[in-house]
Amino acid sequence: MTKPRNYQTEAIIIKKTKLGEADRILTLYTPHLGKIQAVAKGVRRPRSKMSGHLELLTHSLVSLARGRNLDTITGSQTINSFLPLKSDLELSSYALYAIELVNQFAADDVEDYPVFQLLLETMKNLSQGGDKELLLRYFELHLLNEVGYRPQLEQCVSCHSPLKEVTNAFSPGAGGMLCPACRQSQPFSHPLSPEALKALRSLQNDDYSAASKLKIDQKLAQHLEMVMRNYLRYLLEREVKSVAWLDSLKAQGR
Amino acid sequence: MNSDSIPTADAISKLIQELNKLPGIGLKSAQRLAYHLLRASDEQTKLLAEAILSVKQKTKLCSVCLNITDADPCSICRSPQRDPSKVCIVEQPQDILALEHTKSYSGRYHVLHGAISPTEGIGTEDIRIKELMERLKDGSVTEVILASNPTLEGEQTAMYLNKLISAIGIKVTRLARGLPFGTELEYADDVTLTRAMEGRQEF
Repeated sequence: MTKPRNYQTEAIIIKKTKLGEADRILTLYTPHLGKIQAVAKGVRRPRSKMSGHLELLTHSLVSLARGRNLDTITGSQTINSFLPLKSDLELSSYALYAIELVNQFAADDVEDYPVFQLLLETMKNLSQGGDKELLLRYFELHLLNEVGYRPQLEQCVSCHSPLKEVTNAFSPGAGGMLCPACRQSQPFSHPLSPEALKALRSLQNDDYSAASKLKIDQKLAQHLEMVMRNYLRYLLEREVKSVAWLDSLKAQGR
Repeated sequence: MNSDSIPTADAISKLIQELNKLPGIGLKSAQRLAYHLLRASDEQTKLLAEAILSVKQKTKLCSVCLNITDADPCSICRSPQRDPSKVCIVEQPQDILALEHTKSYSGRYHVLHGAISPTEGIGTEDIRIKELMERLKDGSVTEVILASNPTLEGEQTAMYLNKLISAIGIKVTRLARGLPFGTELEYADDVTLTRAMEGRQEF
C-alpha cells in the first residue's frame, strides 16, 4: 500500500537516535502500519513544539509527511504520556525492556495490531502497579504468540505425546517442551517443574486479568525468567540490551 | 559513490575522505570544503591544521570534575570564587558551556560523559559515576544538583543518582522542569505541564 502524502497515525515511540544538529530519527510502533521510522526535525531544541510528545514510552497521535527516504513528522499530540512510568526508575526500566523486545522482534512496515495492543496494555498495567515480573513474562509469551515463535507447551515437540505431570524439560532450540525420554537426545534444555509449566501455560493462554491472579513465589519467578531469557536469546541470537540494566537494578534492590 | 573514484589529485581525495567522516558532512559538503581549503590562504589552512592537532594533544580531562581542560585541575575547579560545596552534574562538557553562559551558578561541576540508556546497553559502569561517588566521599560537598537532560535517559540517570547520593546523606536537587521561555502553553506536552504545575512558585 502506498501511503498518502500526509497521514496521521497513533504511535508508541520505541526508539530514538540522534540525527544532525537538532533532529532525531524515531522508531514508532503504530496500530496499522507496524514499525515505522520517521525523522523528527528540531526536537532536540528546547523550544520544539513536538519534543515532549515524542519521548520514548509515549503514546501519541502523530502526523507525518511522506518523504523520499524517511517520512517526516509534522506534528504530534500526546494521548497518554505514561507519567507514572517515567517518574519511577524501576518501572521505566521494565517498560524500556518491553519496547526493546518489540523493536527487536517486529519487522519494518508489517501491520500487527495485536502487538500494538499488547504493548499499550503492558505499559498501562505497568503504570498501574501489580507484579512486574509476571507482567513481563505475560508480555514475552504473548509477543511470541504474535510474531510466530509461540513455544509448544502442550506436548513433547519430539514424540508429540502429551506431557505427564513430572519434571519435563524446555528446549529453546526445539521451540518447546521435551518429555523425559526425548530429553536424552537434546543436550541444551532446562528441566521444568510441573508448577513452572502450569504457570507458563497460563501466561501463554489466559488474558491478563486471569494470568495476573497467578501466585508465584520468588524462586519460581526467577526460574521462569531464566527460561524465557534463554529462549529469547536463542531466537534473537543476541542479548537483549536492557536485561543487563534490569539485573543491576534488581541486584541493588536486594 | 565511492570517493576513491574521484579523478583528482591524491591529496585532495584524501582530504575529502577525511572530511567525509565528520558527523553531518556528506560527500558533496566534503568536496566543497576541500576545494575551499585549497583556495584559502596558507595562513588560514595552517591555523586550522594546528587547531585540529592541538585539540587532541593539549586537552585532557580535569581530574576533579572530568570536564575537558588544558590545565589540570580545570579553571572552574581551581577558582577560589567557586563554591566547592555545590556540585552540578551534567551529561556532556557542552552542558557546562550552556550553564556557564547564564552566569547564574557559582558552584562546581561533574561531567558524566553520557546518560544511562538501557536499550543502548549503556549502564552505570559506562558513565562516570564511580568518580563522582569517590569525590563525594570526603563530605565537603553538601548539595548535588542533577542537571541531566529532561529526556527519558536523563531522567533515569537522575533517579538512579538520587537513590545513590541521598543514601549517603547529601542533599540532592534536580533542575526544575517546566515551560521553556518564549514558547506557547498550548503546545506543551503533558509531562512538562504536569511538572510545571507541580513545581509552581509563589509570585
